Amino acid sequence: MVKKTRDGLYIKPIERGTTIDHLPVGTALHVLKIVGSSDDAITLAIGVPSRKLGKKDLVFVENKLLSNEQIAKIALIAPGATLNIIEKNEVVLKTRLEMPKKVVGLMSCINPKCITNIENVEPIFYIDDSGTARCYYCEKTMKREEYINRLRV
Amino acid sequence: MGLLAAEKGAKKSLHICPKNNFSLSDVVSASDFSRKDVEAVLSTASWLEKEDIKEKKKILHGFVVATLFFEPSTRTKLSFDTAAQNLGASIIGFADANVSSIKKGESLADTIRVVSDYADIIVMRHYIEGAARLAADVSKRPVINAGDGANQHPTQTLLDLYTINKVFGHIDGLTIGLFGDLRYGRTVHSLVQMLTLFDDVKLKLISPETLSLPDNVKSSIAGKIEYEEAQELSKFIESLDVLYVTRIQKERFVDPMDYEKVRGKYCVTPSAIAKAKKTLKIMHPLPRVDELSAEIDKTSHALYFEQAKNGVVVREALLYLLKDVKKW
Repeated sequence: MVKKTRDGLYIKPIERGTTIDHLPVGTALHVLKIVGSSDDAITLAIGVPSRKLGKKDLVFVENKLLSNEQIAKIALIAPGATLNIIEKNEVVLKTRLEMPKKVVGLMSCINPKCITNIENVEPIFYIDDSGTARCYYCEKTMKREEYINRLRV
Repeated sequence: MGLLAAEKGAKKSLHICPKNNFSLSDVVSASDFSRKDVEAVLSTASWLEKEDIKEKKKILHGFVVATLFFEPSTRTKLSFDTAAQNLGASIIGFADANVSSIKKGESLADTIRVVSDYADIIVMRHYIEGAARLAADVSKRPVINAGDGANQHPTQTLLDLYTINKVFGHIDGLTIGLFGDLRYGRTVHSLVQMLTLFDDVKLKLISPETLSLPDNVKSSIAGKIEYEEAQELSKFIESLDVLYVTRIQKERFVDPMDYEKVRGKYCVTPSAIAKAKKTLKIMHPLPRVDELSAEIDKTSHALYFEQAKNGVVVREALLYLLKDVKKW
């Protein structure tokens, strides 16, 4: 269970690894699914106070760097989140995740009659500014709350 | 939209034809088209309609057109076959997926790769949505989508626009009513998308609530075209230049009683259009069942058989515009 530490933080800072901050409330569990299992600790905080968002989720992954594919998936469900790479207690890289314009092979199409769900074809989606994904093949659209559960993990 | 000036000269000789402003190397989806592309198809079709058949036979002489119909079709297959023959092409293909190697488990991509070595242009209808885009991506030769499941049927839309343009001389500024099943009809979705390319077109959407235009289609046209919705044809009939009728299919209703309720209501009869403009034209992609009364056939409003006939020349135009495309 995550407790507020003596210095007022909800999660103890990590010495080395990756932190994902400013996640919309409710997305931390999806991020956990994307990050997958780890030999080291993964810590989540859900619905903690945030000056920027009101409330937010946090995910700290010790001793692990995420792949580009994992980062793209997190960007899909939480554009605007902040990804930090930590080395020796210092933030060595800070990136604000931006919604990708195109994603390949990261999620499946909502349309069961789509060619990507029937033949061995890698799904491709184009994402518009509102976060709606349009299938390159069958042209069906999915909103974020629909594709958040369709990410391939 | 007026037809291109170049076509006037085209009546005399095959060598004076509309400038090929067509930018596409495949015809997959209405969403790929610019207004210039649509105009290129319409002006080419208009030129071909007037061209001497003997001259037309030279256009695709020595070409092979493959018509691959993985799903049954009457009008579309016959009109593509006729169009290819009119332009002098040889035709290969099938009208039933059961005779193809798909039955043996071959992937669509492999089938298309092989056929694109045999044919110069591939025309394909498939029951799987997105099949046409995949085929276009793997084919060395141009692919024309003759319908992919409930997704797209762009050649139907082009013949619809050709028919409207032929009658009115323009598409801009028209008030067009779409009537019947607007939810599941792929022809309606493609038509709505392409009509956004024209200026000041007003759409009147008339359907049962359960069969209204899907939200994703509405959001894709929002801000691009003016539209209003109603469940009664009487609300808009007086303002319409074109009434585009589609069939309401029984299988779309969970409760057969609901179908019976709308069945009679969504039927175009002489009395339903009594207050229409004299110049109103009624269109239908066919086949019709009972949503369009046979009594309309005899009136000046009926445009649907002319519309079906125009399918041949519009498909000739597409074959012509794609004949020299080299994809790689």
